[in-house]
Amino acid sequence: MAAPTTTADQVLDPHPTKEDNYFTAEKGVLSWIFTLDHKRIGVMYLCSVMTMFALGGLFALLVRIEHWTAGPTLDFVTPDMYNQFFTLHGAIMVFLVIIPGIPAALGNFVLPLHLGAKDVAFPKLNLMSYHMWLLGAAFLVLSMVLGAADTGWTFYTPYSTTTTTAVIPALFGAFILGFSSIFTGLNFMTTIHKMRAPGQSWFRLPLFLWAIYATALIQVLATPVLGITLLMLIVERGLHIGIFDPALGGDPVLMQHFFWFYSHPAVYIMVVPAFGVVSEIIPVFSRKRMFGYKFIALSSVAIAGLGFLVWGHHMFTSGQSVVASTIFSSITFLIAIPTAIKTFNWVGTMYKGRIHLDTPMLYALAFLWVFTIGGVTGIFLAVMNVDIHLHDTYFVVAHFHYVMMGGAITAFFGGLHYWWPKMFGRMYNEKQGRIGSIGVFLGLNLTFFPQFIMGTRGMPRRYYNYLDEFQDLHRLSTIGALLMGVSFLFTAYYLIASLRKKHDAPMNPWGATTLEWTTTSPPPYYNFHKTPPVTQGPYDGYEKLWYDEKVGGYIEKKKD
Amino acid sequence: MMTLLNMQPSPQPDRPALKLAERTEYWMPPQASTVAEELDWLFFLIYWVSLFSFFAVVGAMIYLIWKYKATSRAANEQPEPSTDHNTTLEITWSVIPLIAVIGIFVIGFKGFVNMRTPPKDAYEIHAIGQKWSWAFKYSNGQVSDEFHVPVDTNVRVLISSKDVLHAFWVPAFRVKQDAVPGRYTDVWFNANTAGEYVLECAEYCGTSHSDMLAKVVVHEPGGFDKWMDEKIKLEEAMPPAELGELEYGRQGCKVCHSIDGTRLTGPSFKGLFGKQETLVGGGTVTVDENYIRESINEPQAKVVAGYPPSMPTYKGQLSDKRIMGIVEYIKTLK
Repeated sequence: MAAPTTTADQVLDPHPTKEDNYFTAEKGVLSWIFTLDHKRIGVMYLCSVMTMFALGGLFALLVRIEHWTAGPTLDFVTPDMYNQFFTLHGAIMVFLVIIPGIPAALGNFVLPLHLGAKDVAFPKLNLMSYHMWLLGAAFLVLSMVLGAADTGWTFYTPYSTTTTTAVIPALFGAFILGFSSIFTGLNFMTTIHKMRAPGQSWFRLPLFLWAIYATALIQVLATPVLGITLLMLIVERGLHIGIFDPALGGDPVLMQHFFWFYSHPAVYIMVVPAFGVVSEIIPVFSRKRMFGYKFIALSSVAIAGLGFLVWGHHMFTSGQSVVASTIFSSITFLIAIPTAIKTFNWVGTMYKGRIHLDTPMLYALAFLWVFTIGGVTGIFLAVMNVDIHLHDTYFVVAHFHYVMMGGAITAFFGGLHYWWPKMFGRMYNEKQGRIGSIGVFLGLNLTFFPQFIMGTRGMPRRYYNYLDEFQDLHRLSTIGALLMGVSFLFTAYYLIASLRKKHDAPMNPWGATTLEWTTTSPPPYYNFHKTPPVTQGPYDGYEKLWYDEKVGGYIEKKKD
Repeated sequence: MMTLLNMQPSPQPDRPALKLAERTEYWMPPQASTVAEELDWLFFLIYWVSLFSFFAVVGAMIYLIWKYKATSRAANEQPEPSTDHNTTLEITWSVIPLIAVIGIFVIGFKGFVNMRTPPKDAYEIHAIGQKWSWAFKYSNGQVSDEFHVPVDTNVRVLISSKDVLHAFWVPAFRVKQDAVPGRYTDVWFNANTAGEYVLECAEYCGTSHSDMLAKVVVHEPGGFDKWMDEKIKLEEAMPPAELGELEYGRQGCKVCHSIDGTRLTGPSFKGLFGKQETLVGGGTVTVDENYIRESINEPQAKVVAGYPPSMPTYKGQLSDKRIMGIVEYIKTLK
């Protein structure tokens, strides 16, 4: 027949053609800035977070290069600038990179797809969350121009209320970023509650969503406390109303309690989503169901809950009472248990599997290695008397970089490589991906392991100058940081290079059975042509998929 | 890049040649107090438990990769059938770590309570932190910028701060406590090995945080009293300018005021006396005896333009004799 034919599917679906994906559905810059599409918001978050990651990384490199020799190394870096560099590095990496990294960038893209939904529950709130992020980031960048804060990302008083640097814009930036985080959390919780696909019970949710849900709980409940604390700091600094500064009749230790009441749970905002990403990758690349699904799912929630009750373990040397320290220390130990359970389950999943060592899996395995180190070194710091010696040393710096950088960032890159074909419809060069991941892994161990040794030996953190005996270890650490920097640049190169190719990603390159792999790469504007029903668990049914070399991905196995 | 990098260790004239003491172990500094041994014992217990856990997890991971690595995707290998949960196993690997961490917690708790409970007979020394130096005040009123203590004696340190948070840390003693403005905090220790160690500020406090170090001397029996007697005699007999030089070193003046014209946080003392200075907020002042005295007691009253108002007050802490000494010392710096 000469006349164009119309199938039933096309009648029901306004976006019928294969070319009509979420990139091509609308055109123009405004269609991005004011988009309500969760995928576009996710991509914009991704680009923004990556830009900030580069900036935060640059400050980290400046700090590390400055430590090549004791005292001045780089001619243009004064002690005050050094203090600004580590403050900016910390504030950018925490507030602008790691907290929004997995939930807002990857989560925004993946969450509705995982649920078989068209979008999140509140698309406009989602867009507003991104705009708030931009505004908050603008204030942080503005503070750099005005005279970057030199308080450390912790803003401890009375230093932060008396220093001459531009603390208020930085505080205000972090305050606004808090709203962005709360909006994302609210949105994701509601979406998971209300928009699951037919048949998708709670225990058929992908573990990534359990992790995002636990994270959202913390975001919604803890972030307001940070907001109030930052406001109080602004009021004290701007109007000289005494809250935290003893010179004005305030209490500086109170500020530490407020700060850590948010910032300890925030550690779990950063790392629980990483658990989620790793839980997605390991079963898929082991071709086997997740071992102990329920334990992993519920341990995320347990960690989120317990995480609220341990903030005082940052304050064993602050003058806090022995009784308070004892309670905080004991609950801290309890968190070790759900964390250990997760690790054992991930390793257990590989048993009798068929393990494929592609880039996402290499990142997940790197995560297991570094996160185990980050976890066990946490035990040293949870023990009250050992922490007295190690508190505020490089041991602490190494520990939280193993968790934040080694845990959260490694998992983020794992997730990025895992979902890259779905997000952009292109496969990156697999060989280059493997080289990049190994470079990052080696670099981060070389950077941070020597810092454990320095810390126990007596190297305090935030030191511009240091005793000569630490020089060799500092140099090892700096070399590691440079290696990491090069590896990340290389990663950026091959990922961007992949975008210049033609569309080549199959629907399901890794053979996963969660819902996002049942739609095209990249997905159409409304994600699915028909709401997909869920008839099995998120890690079931690998045996029904077959790798087809012509497709370059997995397809449903033909019945013989 | 090479032109930016100053590869030579830079000379640091006003920094004492400090060392943490000779190293014998790979982890942790040498032990020089009674709590150090107990704390290190627990450190190494956790260290071995951690090492075991790490090798168990990573060893299992590497073994499983080696054993179950797929040859290629095209081969479409299917995994051997296996279970996806085992309640007994999961409870076992939850309970064993739980017991281990409870044990570690209890040992750490005992050690902590001991560290936080000073013996009643302890000899008391005040440690006063300020940006960016320490002053140690003894019960007879003597002040030193070096921390001298007798060996095998219980010492309680009452810690305070004049400005922002600092932290008193002697790595060789394994004790650390924040110095909080507006309140006293304390630590105690019993140094059991005579020798020289270093005290470091461990809580970030700004520009020269990393130079806020002090020499720690643990005296052999009898040595502490001898040091104190000599110190008293020496200072009584000292001409004012020399006493001023001593105070310049130990009251922390040297951290912000150079004597060679270098610009630090505050104006250099070189050629300062008799100079006309412009003040913040307009006006000028000639640096004379009264201006120096006022600046020591009320540093914020007349701040020289171009410098931050970061000096703490010394009101009530320096006797007239010592203030006069500082004035005379500044006069000598032409």
